[in-house]
Amino acid sequence: MHPAPSVILFSTLSGAGFGLLVFLGLGLPAPTSWVAFTFFAIAYTFAAGGLLAATFHLQNPKNAWKSYREWRSSWLSREAWAAVAALLVMAFYAAPLVLAGTRVAPLGWLGALLSLATVFTTSMIYAQLKTVPRWNQPATPALFLSASLAGGALLSGNVGAATALIALLGAITLFHWWKGDRRFGEAGSTAETATRLRGKVSLWERPHTGENYLTREMVFVIARKHAVKLRIIAFALMVALPLVLLLALPVKHMVAAIAVLSHLVGVGVQRWLFFAEAEHVVGLYYGAHRANIAA
Amino acid sequence: MTQPEIDLHPRPGDAIRKTTCYMCACRCGIDVHVKNGKVAYIEGNRDHPVNQGVLCAKGSAGIMQHNAPSRLRAPMKRVGPRGSGEFEEISWDEAYDIAASWLTPIRETDPSKLAFFTGRDQSQSFTSWWAQAFGTPNYAAHGGFCSVNMAAGGIYTMGGAFWEFGQPDWDRTKLFILFGVAEDHDSNPIKMGIGKIKANGARVVGVNPIRSGYNAVADDWFGITPGTDGLLILSLVHCLMKAGKIDLEYLRDFTDAPVLIDAREGPGQGLPLKDDDGHALVWCRREQRPRCFDAEDVDPDLNGAWLDGDVTHRTVFHAMAQKYLDPAYAPETVAEATGIPAPRIRALAAEIARVAFDEEIVLDREWTDFRGRKHTTMKGRPVSFHAMRGISAHANGFQTCRALHMLQILIGSVETPGGFRFKPPYPKPATAHPKPHCKVTPGAPLDGPHLGFVHGPEDLALKDDGSPARIDKAFTWENPMSAHGMMHMVISNAHAGDPYKIDTLFLYMANMAWNSSMNTSGTMKMLSDKDANGDYVIPHIIYSDAYSSEMVAYADLILPDTTYLERHDCISLLDRPICEAEAAADAIRWPVVEPDRDVRGFQTALIQLGAKLGLPGFVKDDGSAKFTDYADYMVSHERRPGVGPLMGWRGNGDETGRGAPNPNQLDRYIENGGFAISHIPDEAQFYKPWNMGYQNWAVGLGLYDKPAPYIFTLWSEPLRKFQIAAEGHGPRQPPDHLRDRIKATFDPLPIWWDATETHGQGGYDITALTQRPMAMYHSWGTQNAWLRQIHGENPLYLPTEIWTEHLFEEGDWAQVTSPHGEITVPVAHMPALNANTVWTWNAIGKRKGAWALQDDAPEVTKGFLLNHLIHELLPPKGDGLRWSNSDPITGQAAWFDLKVKIRKTAAPADGTTKPDLGHQTSPVGHGPAVLKWEVT
Amino acid sequence: MTSLPASTDKKLGLVIDLDTCVGCHACVTACKGWNTQNYGAPLSDIDPYGAAEGTFLNRIHAFQVEPDQGLAQTIHFPKSCLHCDDAPCVTVCPTGASYKRVEDGIVLVNEDACMGCGLCAWACPYGAREIDQAAGVMKKCTLCVDRIYNENLPEEDREPACVRTCPAGARHFGDLADPESAVSRLVATRDGVDLMPEQGTRPVNKYLPPRVKDSLQAPEMEGAEDILAPFLAPVAEEPKGFLKWLDTALEKL
Ligand SMILES: Nc1nc2c(c(=O)[nH]1)N[C@H]1C(S)=C(S)[C@@H](COP(=O)(O)OP(=O)(O)OC[C@H]3O[C@@H](n4cnc5c(=O)[nH]c(N)nc54)[C@H](O)[C@@H]3O)O[C@H]1N2
Ligand SMILES: Nc1nc2c(c(=O)[nH]1)N[C@H]1C(S)=C(S)[C@@H](COP(=O)(O)OP(=O)(O)OC[C@H]3O[C@@H](n4cnc5c(=O)[nH]c(N)nc54)[C@H](O)[C@@H]3O)O[C@H]1N2
Ligand code: SF4
Ligand code: SF4
Ligand code: SF4
Ligand code: SF4
Ligand code: SF4
Ligand SMILES: [Mo]
Repeated sequence: MHPAPSVILFSTLSGAGFGLLVFLGLGLPAPTSWVAFTFFAIAYTFAAGGLLAATFHLQNPKNAWKSYREWRSSWLSREAWAAVAALLVMAFYAAPLVLAGTRVAPLGWLGALLSLATVFTTSMIYAQLKTVPRWNQPATPALFLSASLAGGALLSGNVGAATALIALLGAITLFHWWKGDRRFGEAGSTAETATRLRGKVSLWERPHTGENYLTREMVFVIARKHAVKLRIIAFALMVALPLVLLLALPVKHMVAAIAVLSHLVGVGVQRWLFFAEAEHVVGLYYGAHRANIAA
Repeated sequence: MTQPEIDLHPRPGDAIRKTTCYMCACRCGIDVHVKNGKVAYIEGNRDHPVNQGVLCAKGSAGIMQHNAPSRLRAPMKRVGPRGSGEFEEISWDEAYDIAASWLTPIRETDPSKLAFFTGRDQSQSFTSWWAQAFGTPNYAAHGGFCSVNMAAGGIYTMGGAFWEFGQPDWDRTKLFILFGVAEDHDSNPIKMGIGKIKANGARVVGVNPIRSGYNAVADDWFGITPGTDGLLILSLVHCLMKAGKIDLEYLRDFTDAPVLIDAREGPGQGLPLKDDDGHALVWCRREQRPRCFDAEDVDPDLNGAWLDGDVTHRTVFHAMAQKYLDPAYAPETVAEATGIPAPRIRALAAEIARVAFDEEIVLDREWTDFRGRKHTTMKGRPVSFHAMRGISAHANGFQTCRALHMLQILIGSVETPGGFRFKPPYPKPATAHPKPHCKVTPGAPLDGPHLGFVHGPEDLALKDDGSPARIDKAFTWENPMSAHGMMHMVISNAHAGDPYKIDTLFLYMANMAWNSSMNTSGTMKMLSDKDANGDYVIPHIIYSDAYSSEMVAYADLILPDTTYLERHDCISLLDRPICEAEAAADAIRWPVVEPDRDVRGFQTALIQLGAKLGLPGFVKDDGSAKFTDYADYMVSHERRPGVGPLMGWRGNGDETGRGAPNPNQLDRYIENGGFAISHIPDEAQFYKPWNMGYQNWAVGLGLYDKPAPYIFTLWSEPLRKFQIAAEGHGPRQPPDHLRDRIKATFDPLPIWWDATETHGQGGYDITALTQRPMAMYHSWGTQNAWLRQIHGENPLYLPTEIWTEHLFEEGDWAQVTSPHGEITVPVAHMPALNANTVWTWNAIGKRKGAWALQDDAPEVTKGFLLNHLIHELLPPKGDGLRWSNSDPITGQAAWFDLKVKIRKTAAPADGTTKPDLGHQTSPVGHGPAVLKWEVT
Repeated sequence: MTSLPASTDKKLGLVIDLDTCVGCHACVTACKGWNTQNYGAPLSDIDPYGAAEGTFLNRIHAFQVEPDQGLAQTIHFPKSCLHCDDAPCVTVCPTGASYKRVEDGIVLVNEDACMGCGLCAWACPYGAREIDQAAGVMKKCTLCVDRIYNENLPEEDREPACVRTCPAGARHFGDLADPESAVSRLVATRDGVDLMPEQGTRPVNKYLPPRVKDSLQAPEMEGAEDILAPFLAPVAEEPKGFLKWLDTALEKL
């Protein structure tokens, strides 16, 4: 799949933002006044900014408001609901904290739940797609949730939780990659099932010699050797470096900032790979994915 | 939940105007939906005999052809150097003044200094008439480099050819064998036919080195080695004759197989014996004496022998048996050369035999033959064939086409139910066509039509000193039977001043500076070459195009044409009509929308120029213009009394074929959907060359003036006459260096030889071919925003053998060399391909700046032409001579004899195919950045 | 709208014959022409005279097939929306723009509601949806819903533009819910198949597989002559013998 910068930015930032909201909602920490304002400002910038970035991906954003209609069947619609609900509830939770220093804990818990739900719905948009076998696995929601929570823990300064969650994220990421590399084969779609022709099927001519929406959007192919390199970078920045920083060094603001930055950039790279490595079955009509079927 | 309201009943336009498509020579009927005077949607005309409602990709994309940004806007005169594309727009009056200033003097002194050649011309009977009136012998359309082998091979053998002049009996055929066709002129009918016969359960066999398109849907594919079809066909003939699976009755009654061949030594040896009236003689089995072939009660004996003094004259069929039963044609012998295993050749022959004779079909239709015999039935052998450039664009193509027709005739499947059928004006044997004319008189018309069929050395277009009369050297000893002229030789001959220099080259609708030439870069140089005085070697070039093609950049004066939707045109029985096997039909185009710029239909421009030059036929006695425009000509011109360009609604509107001009004729065509049709009566629909019902019907329609039945000529008398000359007989003698070639190749019976020997020397052993993409018309599809997305670039396709031998991988490039040139191009793998063949799509590559494309268009960067590797002359043989790369008989350009070597190479640093032939300025600017073509 | 109807009255769709499609792309440009002028925003082309990238609702792929035994083949392969019964493109749509019609099963996009998120295109296994770059809305085959019922068209023209134009007759349109319809019978007799059945979309459109190829002297193109051999039993080995046979044969005529 084409790694659209707006979508990568969205999912990275909003993930971390909602993760931060989860921790804030749980009262870990439960700051007040200006400190609270700063925390919530960061959370809202990340979460809402991410959502805003996502709308850049829309080609007809004037109809974006209609996306609330189909919550019964559409994960994207549910995400829209969940996000608004989470942000609203958290606003009601934040306001007393900032203005009065009062913490209405049940609102926080609800907000945390909704924030988690938002991240979950986001992940389900991808995980539901049978057309992209790499995404279509239970580890996908786990990946999004752990990334969100790890980011949230880091941002909220929960060093212990952050350490554990980053380690968990690392494990899930490794599993997602390992499993993802097998998913296309498991899903069973091949050039032969795509065409139902008997014999060894390969593409002779694309329908159009130039690119089209599908080839750019869905038939993005990334070279194997780049992917390996990027996986190492992603893992190093997202997991290894923050862990080293958190465990080996005394946690100072500077160190924390580097850890957060490294982690977020790492998640960004991981997200880029999440898209770039994802093979859409439609690629079979364009002669792509031979290697993945073999793997 | 409610579903949204949608408009289920939109109107595609406010009016439907029915006219004829123009993106190829198929000439389908179209319904043009017009909205507020603009073209909104084009679909097929369901009532039209050619396409019955369907359209191809090009036809449906006609709207993009019409609104292409590459369209020329006004007449132009060149202001930069030739090839630069720098022009200034001028008025039509100035354009005519310039043209007249060049043409008037040469007409008065030497009309042959004008060479007028037309390319994709659908009005040849008119353009040739203009050239005749001008008085130059130098006229032809593009047939000589296109498929003259096919046309001439068919017409000389059976009085009609495949091309678009005949068709399989799609309703009845049970085995259809297609040789060397990717698309052809009869584009939609072939597709419709294949669909139809597949639905009927018939078998489709494709003989083609490449398995795509029609060959991809073929039930059986014979991936033949290019250039060897003649051998395969003669092997089929061998098998069928040996098994006696031939239609003896048919051969006896309708062909020259029983005709006696003169066995006496001397200048007549090998010619058919004739009586004093010129009728061929056969041995009558009943009366045991030679008799005229068409005598009412003659019983021709296929195995007759006339003991005449001390010689025995034997039949054509006897000669065939001697020749083709030879083991040289056994499947085992030809398997290696053709690349088809012997058992498959036998299987194909057996299938032909099975279907022809076990699945014979009989129609209960009475008919009377030319001998006056009545038949109660029509017997059919439901095996049909079709072929095109795959066999004709080789230097052995004429004989290969003849071989194929011989095969059809042997099994009795020409003009019989289930077989191959002619479309009017065919059948029409070579002897019924004109002969070439070349007598030039200053200030006066030529002595007759330029093109035609020669029947012996006496008909060649030679001057008194024996030198060629025509600039293209058509109808000379180098290629005596070049019935369509040799457009591919014009520029190089004119450049070399051989046989003479010309003053003005006038081209219409032919992209000669690009894809329609061999040796494209050489041609571009010749067109812009200057002599010692700094003058262009070809002094003046006039060109008519509708679009900003590569050729435009090389002309001095441009006459911009309209599009096909803005002009009158006539698809006439006088040249290439749209007939069907069961009907005669012709059609018109008419301006369904008005041009929005200063362009004129080329035919109208020719009429106006003709009048300005005072050409006979174009002016009245008082010197004023005879026709106002082409529409006027279409209606009022008469070729023979009562016979004009259009057959329908003549006289008072109730006469077809013959009748006085009818001023309301075009309105009647328009009311009828743009065409006229006249059905052939049931009893006249088969056996047409011999069927008096058909002959009389044809006379009634004006196709000819009296019945002209004839028999098929398996033994070609003209070929033998040239051979006899080469053997030293007769007053007109070939130059010595051509004698051996003529003796060897002008065999009166079909033969095969390896035409690629010279190309193949020095390790050039891979054949390189092109195919026409179904969704593109030569170079001109490229300006079409929709079509160019389908074919915007063209890799060179390699078979598995070459792909693996050179370790090619996806995305690789190759350097391809021929004895003549070198190109660097992207490659791709194709398993369903003859092991020794590479190929690419034709005419996708474009010159930078042409066709109003952006400089980064894929056609420029990734597209390429194979033409750079092909030369109009063969590689030197070492005999000091340069032989032409064409069929020694017809002069047909041998595009498909090209042999190459292939080497893997790094992709060029700039990612652009080589050679790069520079940039031309677009005289019409470039297209828009976004296209949303909704007409409101 | 985004939920799929439990069932539809009809299942209108296409049956595509891979045995006869010659890959001419006629259906591609006929579709482009009709749909540029009709249903919704025109199908646009970006940089149409340069790198060129446009919206098409129907595209013809071409595949090569190398069977275990026998000659390699080429198959032209048209593809547009298959109007799936279990259309994932519909259920993922957040705005309700994507829907499947209850009366005939046609899957459509209501352009007035579409926000151009592209998710439905991701959900479609077949590449049947494309966002129009100029209009920003999702485009897909409408099954020519504005032709098949169109009272401003003559009755015989009330069929999809691609079907009407296909010169080879490789495209068939009809009701696949009706087992007696011509299309259903074609599917039955020719063993029509679903594309990517493992995706569980239950396409309405069916594909008729190519018939067995190269059966003359099949499969390995070598060895003993097959059942056709008797048709070539020689009448004589030598020209002389042949001419003798000829005489006898002519006697009988
Ligand atoms: N390598 C290779 N080369 C080949 C062939 C091959 O098989 N392989 N095939 C050869 C054959 S058979 C042929 S016929 C030639 C074809 O070659 P051409 O006859 O050169 O065909 P086009 O490229 O279509 O060029 C025709 C010109 O007509 C112009 N034109 C289009 N419409 C109109 C109109 O309405 N009015 C006017 N006045 N002009 C118009 C176009 O813009 C174009 O410039 O190519 C030959 N070249
Ligand atoms: N869409 C479209 N239609 C066209 C045209 C076009 O440009 N586009 N051009 C028109 C013109 S001008 C012409 S002349 C006709 C030409 O119509 P075709 O004759 O169909 O022309 P080509 O595409 O040159 O196809 C030649 C075929 O012969 C095969 N071939 C080559 N060498 C051999 C051989 O030795 N033996 C056999 N058996 N096959 C061989 C090639 O693989 C190819 O399939 O098409 C006309 N129709
Ligand atoms: S075959 Fe196509 S391009 Fe040729 S006339 Fe017919 S519709 Fe037009
Ligand atoms: S083919 Fe694709 S777009 Fe069409 S209904 Fe099925 S899933 Fe939806
Ligand atoms: S692109 Fe339009 S139709 Fe598709 S899912 Fe998004 S809103 Fe729905
Ligand atoms: S049914 Fe209509 S919209 Fe669908 S592919 Fe055919 S022409 Fe295009
Ligand atoms: S129009 Fe018919 S034959 Fe041509 S590509 Fe489309 S389906 Fe195939
Ligand atoms: Mo041609």
